[in-house]
Amino acid sequence: MSGRKIGEVILDLKNISLSFGGVKALQDISFDVREHEVRAIIGPNGAGKSSMLNVINGVYRPQQGEIILRGEHFANMNSYKAAKAGLARTFQNIALFKGMSVLDNIMTGRNLKMKANMLLQAFWLGPAQREELEHRLKVEEIIDFLEIQHIRKTPVGRLPYGLQKRVDLARALAMEPQILLLDEPMAGMNVEEKQDMCRFILDVNDQFGTTVVLIEHDMGVVMDISDRVVVLDYGKKIGDGTPDEVRANPDVISAYLGASH
Amino acid sequence: MFYRENGQFKTSYKADQQIFPIPQDRWVILAIVVFAFVGIPLLVDEYLFRAILIPFLILSLAALGVNILVGYCGQITLGAGAFMAVGAYASYNFLIRVSGMPALAAILLGGLTAAAVGIVFGAPSLRVRGLYLAVATLAAQFFWDWAFLRIKWFTNDSSSGSVSVADIELFGWTISTPTDKYLFCLGILVLFSLMAKNLVRGSIGRQWMAIRDMDVAATVIGIRPMYAKLSAFAVSSFYVGVAGALWGMVHLGSWEPAAFSIDRSFQLLFMVIIGGMGAIAGSFFGAAFIVILPIFLNQMLPLVGSLFGLEVSIALVSHVEIMVFGALIVFFLIVEPHGIARLWSTGREKLRLWPFPH
Repeated sequence: MSGRKIGEVILDLKNISLSFGGVKALQDISFDVREHEVRAIIGPNGAGKSSMLNVINGVYRPQQGEIILRGEHFANMNSYKAAKAGLARTFQNIALFKGMSVLDNIMTGRNLKMKANMLLQAFWLGPAQREELEHRLKVEEIIDFLEIQHIRKTPVGRLPYGLQKRVDLARALAMEPQILLLDEPMAGMNVEEKQDMCRFILDVNDQFGTTVVLIEHDMGVVMDISDRVVVLDYGKKIGDGTPDEVRANPDVISAYLGASH
Repeated sequence: MFYRENGQFKTSYKADQQIFPIPQDRWVILAIVVFAFVGIPLLVDEYLFRAILIPFLILSLAALGVNILVGYCGQITLGAGAFMAVGAYASYNFLIRVSGMPALAAILLGGLTAAAVGIVFGAPSLRVRGLYLAVATLAAQFFWDWAFLRIKWFTNDSSSGSVSVADIELFGWTISTPTDKYLFCLGILVLFSLMAKNLVRGSIGRQWMAIRDMDVAATVIGIRPMYAKLSAFAVSSFYVGVAGALWGMVHLGSWEPAAFSIDRSFQLLFMVIIGGMGAIAGSFFGAAFIVILPIFLNQMLPLVGSLFGLEVSIALVSHVEIMVFGALIVFFLIVEPHGIARLWSTGREKLRLWPFPH
């Protein structure tokens, strides 16, 4: 990877515990994410990976622990605060706005940056129109970047799965996030689509300097593109380090392959 | 064949973001609007204005409001009739209690009052959705039905419970003949439709649709459900309230609370469902379907009967009218669950490629 420099800790999670009734989804998990790095979260099914992402961007509220984002403590993270603080995410089972076109979906990602009030919008007066055009320009850059020009006006419901995943990423990128959370960006894709998606993730990381936190099941992909990996199993952290360290970790091996007792 | 985009290239995003990016659409719509303003008043008699055209315009406006809420923001409502009533009675009270109040201002203030009431009765949408929300909005209907019947202050202590207003005046133009009323309502409808279109294609419209389609993803993007839902309730109730004010003060002239009963709420919801949820044009199609079709059936049935040599009594006509109307609603919903507006847009898609299938 080119001139990318991994910086200070940008996101620090301390002693996060989350439970749903009696189910302990996450138990006392701590890890950090450094600026500009690609950080992977892996683990078997039900390990709590998606819950972890949901805690980071405020969809779930952990019973214990705190989130420190660029030195700022967030005891009560919620989705709105997370979005304001520059966190964007994509979803495991695509959560696009089905009734809207690709363009509108991505434009929705610009929502927080659009300020014109309702009256101006109703009459499509100067500032509202200007704003719409400015943001359209930005959105078109993202459309070019992800190579989805040809489907700009298509309703997302009509798109094949691989392209929907790409639109999901485009919508997250439209927020110009500092940290991008990707929940299984390559699930259900064929090799070619996976390659494209890897390229996009690395390009985002490289060109925009976006920090990436991703969950992925494809170990080849994870080991290739991530700088550091954290491993969860049954809501506990069992490994943390570079791909090579994690690969050699006996706990991780036993979680994935089973160990003889 | 004539409806093609070949060779029409957009060279700026501004050109691409117009309301009607295809010139043919633009000209047709413009022609329809000009015809509605100039042609129809020359061709149509008073009965048609009073019985069909004015109700069609006003109910289109109300359906537009309901569509913003139900079609664009995905929040179901059964209280539209109540918000029409609030608009009507509020503008009536503004008109008679504030001396020198211009009628247009009273109508708009009626709409704003309805918007405020809409926000209050929309608050349950933050907690409940779907059928439960429908029941919660039904509360608005029952509450306002009761309030306008029982609280005498709203009806200016009128002993019969009905209120009436004189012909309203707009910058020296007294709106008294059906043609005047038609033109006034048409002007408001055109302006409000344009505003609605601008809202739904702008950032607030995208927020509404995002909440409708996938609320978790919407909140993750930074859309606040409270703001999005309540703003949809406010805008929707504003439209419905203005429609109610027009219905009372321009169309009826004098009215009782029964004019805005629960039937009206259902009727407006049907219009939106049949016309097409999430489509501005759908509101017009739905209103046309519900206002014009029964009258059309009413006129046609005796003719059809006489073809077969049958004498059709008036009672039979009205019964068959309701049956045929109900059957048509079912038929439309089976053939095209997304409403007439979807049929219309599919038709246009086909026309663009005609005579080729792909």
